[in-house]
Amino acid sequence: MNAAKLMRDGLWDNNVVFAQLLAMCPAMAVTTSATNGLGMGLATTAVLIVSNILVASIRHAVSAQVRIPVFVVLIATLVTIIDLVLNAWLHELYKVLGLFIALIVVNCAILGRAEAFAVRNTVAASAIDGLAMGLGFTCALTVIGLIREILGSATVFAQASALLGSHFAFLEMKIGAWNGALLMILPPGGFAVLGFLLAGKRAWELKHRQTARASESHCSVPGPASA
Amino acid sequence: MGTDQSAGFSLDALRERLAYQPLLLGGVALVAGTALTLANNATRAPIAAAEAHDTQMTLAQVLPAGSTDNDLLKDVLELPGPAAGSTRRIHIARKAGVVTGAVFNVSERGYAGEIRLLMAVDPAGRVLGVRVLKHTETPGLGDKIEIARNPWITSFNGHSLGDPAAEQWAVRKDGGIYDSFAGATITPRAVVKAVKGGLDYFAAHRNEILGAQP
Repeated sequence: MNAAKLMRDGLWDNNVVFAQLLAMCPAMAVTTSATNGLGMGLATTAVLIVSNILVASIRHAVSAQVRIPVFVVLIATLVTIIDLVLNAWLHELYKVLGLFIALIVVNCAILGRAEAFAVRNTVAASAIDGLAMGLGFTCALTVIGLIREILGSATVFAQASALLGSHFAFLEMKIGAWNGALLMILPPGGFAVLGFLLAGKRAWELKHRQTARASESHCSVPGPASA
Repeated sequence: MGTDQSAGFSLDALRERLAYQPLLLGGVALVAGTALTLANNATRAPIAAAEAHDTQMTLAQVLPAGSTDNDLLKDVLELPGPAAGSTRRIHIARKAGVVTGAVFNVSERGYAGEIRLLMAVDPAGRVLGVRVLKHTETPGLGDKIEIARNPWITSFNGHSLGDPAAEQWAVRKDGGIYDSFAGATITPRAVVKAVKGGLDYFAAHRNEILGAQP
């Protein structure tokens, strides 16, 4: 497992949202703005990295029969501690992210990576996998949030300075006098944006695969588009 | 990797024993419980301080600047709430020992759930300020009750039970004086009802509130 392959997997090939279609609940619920998506993504990334490291480091001691309860307890404990620590010492950030942090416990992507990767790989590889999957999730949520925000409320990164600090106030923009189409902020908008993005990714990959195949076509037989 | 493998090897036989599973689960629960206890103890005081600071900030928003010189967080009167068996915490604002206002929570069912408000009333029963603490109204429509999005919530300032008249304590659509937002009538209607309810409550308990000792 090399790091570049892991990163590529997490960010694109096996992206949590756009390929695995996991964690749909947080992905739909919080992406009403790019800032919210970014915040949820970063919090999830932190939990993913630490939970992957923990699971990988105890993988020899955990027997297959009880691994799920063990992982669930570990992840829930981890998220609760992060919640408490943020609330105590990073209270301003907590007021922005607080709602999302409790949601991370039920994010199936975390348990999914523990089961699918960390339990059978080294600590280092698992840490990289957690980082890659987390960044992929962050990018996906930020993109969905950005599109919904632009179409729905005609702003860009509204309230980014509350999340990232006042240095990032320049990210905040208001587009014109238009107030946006409310539908995009409501749940249907989330599903519509996700659907179009998924279709776009599929189309791009299909086109990419065809051109790649055409350039080395002598060894391949045109077959049904599997995968 | 050598140590990794030998650890795996000696654990292989152990892992298959029946007693290993409950011991493992117990061990994990013990570690998790200890970690949570430590984290809870370490963060309790800072969290309480941060939340007290938050409350202070909100209290300062509904009261005019300079109208109080006491610690509102500690100057609390507990009265029976509007629902049977409930209690309502009233923060008393004082300046030089004289009561200048009473601050308390009111809530009402809005379009998508409960709307919680904090309101301040002066001794004569006039609204000093109202702010939304928590709501789940539709983004873009009902959320105009937030001061950050619209100054609408300040339209209650200075109003009391007789001013406007009782039948005008309603949104314009219902014959009252308060604006309702295009596409969202239920939300402002609920807020108006909640504020009116708060004033009624203050009127009913005025003597207890004004007579409260610090």
